[in-house]
Formats: sequence, C-alpha cells, structure tokens
Amino acid sequence: MTMAAIATTTVTTDPMRPRPYVVRQVGKETPDTFDLTLEAENGAAGTWFRPGQFSMLWVFGVGELPISISGDPTESGRLVYTVRSVGKATNALVSRKVGDGVGVRGPFGTGWPIEAARGRDVIVVAGGIGLAPLRPVIYEVLKNREEYGRLVLLYGARSPRDVLYRRELATWARRRETQVLTTVDYGGLSWKGHVGVVTTLFKYERLQPARSLAMICGPEIMMRFVTRELEVQGLSRDNIYLSMERNMKCAVGFCGHCQYGPHFICKDGPVFPYERIRPLLEKYEL
Amino acid sequence: METLERIIAEHSFFAGLESHYTGLLTGCASNVRFEKGTYIFKEGGEANEFFLIRAGKVALEIFEPQRRPIIVSTVAEGDILGWSWLLPPYHWKFHAHAVEETRAIALDGKCLRTKCEQSHDLGYELLKRFAQIMERRLEATRLQLLDVYAAR
Repeated sequence: MTMAAIATTTVTTDPMRPRPYVVRQVGKETPDTFDLTLEAENGAAGTWFRPGQFSMLWVFGVGELPISISGDPTESGRLVYTVRSVGKATNALVSRKVGDGVGVRGPFGTGWPIEAARGRDVIVVAGGIGLAPLRPVIYEVLKNREEYGRLVLLYGARSPRDVLYRRELATWARRRETQVLTTVDYGGLSWKGHVGVVTTLFKYERLQPARSLAMICGPEIMMRFVTRELEVQGLSRDNIYLSMERNMKCAVGFCGHCQYGPHFICKDGPVFPYERIRPLLEKYEL
Repeated sequence: METLERIIAEHSFFAGLESHYTGLLTGCASNVRFEKGTYIFKEGGEANEFFLIRAGKVALEIFEPQRRPIIVSTVAEGDILGWSWLLPPYHWKFHAHAVEETRAIALDGKCLRTKCEQSHDLGYELLKRFAQIMERRLEATRLQLLDVYAAR
C-alpha cells in the first residue's frame, strides 16, 4: 500500500489502522541502534503519549513491530523511537531515510507512574536498550525539577560502545539533585567508568526507601536481580514498577500474542507494578 | 582529623564488629594513596593485604599475553579490594589498576592472619564479612556471564 493510499484513511480512531508518518531525522546512537524521529504526514496533528507507552511501527512490505517511545512527551508533533537493529523488520526500520514513510499505530499501553512519583525520589534503573522507554521519564522529571525529589539513574550497558544517549547522560549528571551512574559488563582500557553489572551500582547510592519510587526496564533477568536489590535496599514492592516485553501483535488485547498469565502486556502493561506480576516473574513457562 | 580506628569502625564492612576487634584491626592498618595509572598489585604477586577504598576507582584486570588487559570489574569508594590474603597460597589472581587517584586504608594480611589464628572469633567475624562480598561478586559475575544485553 502506498503512503498516498494510507493518507486517505488518516482521520480515524481505529487502533488497528496505521496513520502515515514521515521520517524527519535518523541519528546513530551505537553501531546497531538508531534514533528515528517521525512526524505526522501533511502536518496532521501529532500524537500525545505518556512516558512508557509504545507504538506499533509499520514498515511497508516488511512488517510491523512494537517500539517504545523514547522522546520528550512535551515535544508535540514529534515521535522519537530508539530502535536496535536485530532482525529483518528492525533493520528495515532503521534503514529508513529522511522523507520515507512509516505507518504508526498507537500509542498503546500503560505508562510509568508519573503522578505517583511526584514529590518523591525517582530511581530509574535501566539495562541496554531499556533506557529508551525510561528517557521520557527523565525528561519529565528534569523539566519539572521542583516537583520531584532526587533523580537517580543507574544504567548498565553491554560495553562502552553500546551506551545510549552518551551526551545526554553527561548533561543529566550535571543537573542538581541528579545522580547518574553508568556501568558496562565489558570495559575496554579506554573506559574510565564502572565495570560490572547494573546491580553493583546500588552500593554507591544511599537510597531513601521510604520516599523513593523505582522504575526498571531491561532484560527480564536483569529486572529480576534489580528488584531483589531494591528490596534489600528497603523499597516496598508497591513502589517498584517494571516494563515488560512480549511478542505484541494487535497491541489492543485482541489477539493474545502477548498474554502473560492473566495479563496482556500490550493493554495491561507494558508497565506493571512489581507486586502485581511478581509471582509470574518466577514462572519458567511464561 | 579522622583516626584510622574511627574510619574502620564506621566502615559498613565492619558494622557490628566489637570495638576491641576494631582496635586489633587498626594495629594492622595504614593509610595508602595510589596515583592514577599505577598498579596496586599484580597477578601472581604475594597477597599480603586488603584495602578499604576511601576515594577513587580501581579496575580489576586479567592479563592475556600479547593482548590488551580485560577489565572484569571496578571497585570504588566504600568497596573492599582483595581477598587473596585470606586463603592460601596468598597470591593475587588479578591485576588491580588505579584508574583514578585512589586513597585507601590498607590492612596487613600477615598481621591479620596472625591475629585471626590467635582469636578465632575475630577470624570468624572477618570470614563472615568476606564470604558476603564473595557471594555478591559471584552473583554479579554470573549475571555478567549471561551477557543479558546481547542481541537474541
């Protein structure tokens, strides 16, 4: 289907129907990860989203895939996605050129508990590409600094060359009441930061559990270890939130592809309170 | 000025240790400082001390002939560096490289081993604390080996 054909169906609330967007910018984050900035075609109104939500991005002739929105929620009219090229569809997506079309459905899903975080210390723990869906939270906190307590970002990446948003990490670290610690699993000699898994960073931070709310995103096994560590630090389970990932297809809870126990990740998640899904995290079969 | 005994007593590693043991430990302790880029110890060398890092950062490296060393982990302020002094044959298993100027308290392992032989209670207290560090580092290493951020 051509972009022109799709454009005739843009004004719709049908969540199954993609709206035509155009690539405005492509930026390289790491050797295999790119930022894509999209705008609605023909100056159509932009999409409002909550930090933590995702879209279904449709590459014509290739396929559709769920990608978290990683841009600034206050930047209206633009949707930014951080995409790691790991297969045919993601490779096609990151190969889009400025001016190319992409179909967008959504945004879908629950967001991070921004309201609940107001007035509290915000503990953001991210692993790998998991920093992408958390970046909008960081933008929100830093833009409304007086509404939140401390911002602590603990970020783990595979190696120095896999660290996302390098410049922003440095900028964020200079903000008041903000602590940014980055670690890599494998460090070269030129890397002067921490080496070790993300859980090892907790020992450098004195959290105030009673006034903290934690948001975690990364590989599931990493999140399991992080939740344990947060509990050791004294955070209660109802103050810990995770973003889950499964194979999402329809994104509105019809198809069941992303069923996770009694939940659909696309509709009931991807952000869940830890307490709600804790028993499921320990099940092998899920 | 902070005394060595006070610093040791207030360090989380020694939390809960009876004060007369802190006094014994202080007898084996000294302040040390390493310039950025220097090696604190090298693999195969005699391991006769451990360090409470007070400031700076140290990389633990594995050396591979004709290749660049691999950093397996880093330790920084508040961390404990070195446990090879505790177990025979008392040789370091890694290089420790100060990647920043580093200040630490060094505890003499030979002195401590002697005191632990004289007081098994002190030995048990120290062993409990080191076992906890070993357990946490083992867990972290296992997680590191899983290479969780690799493309799957």
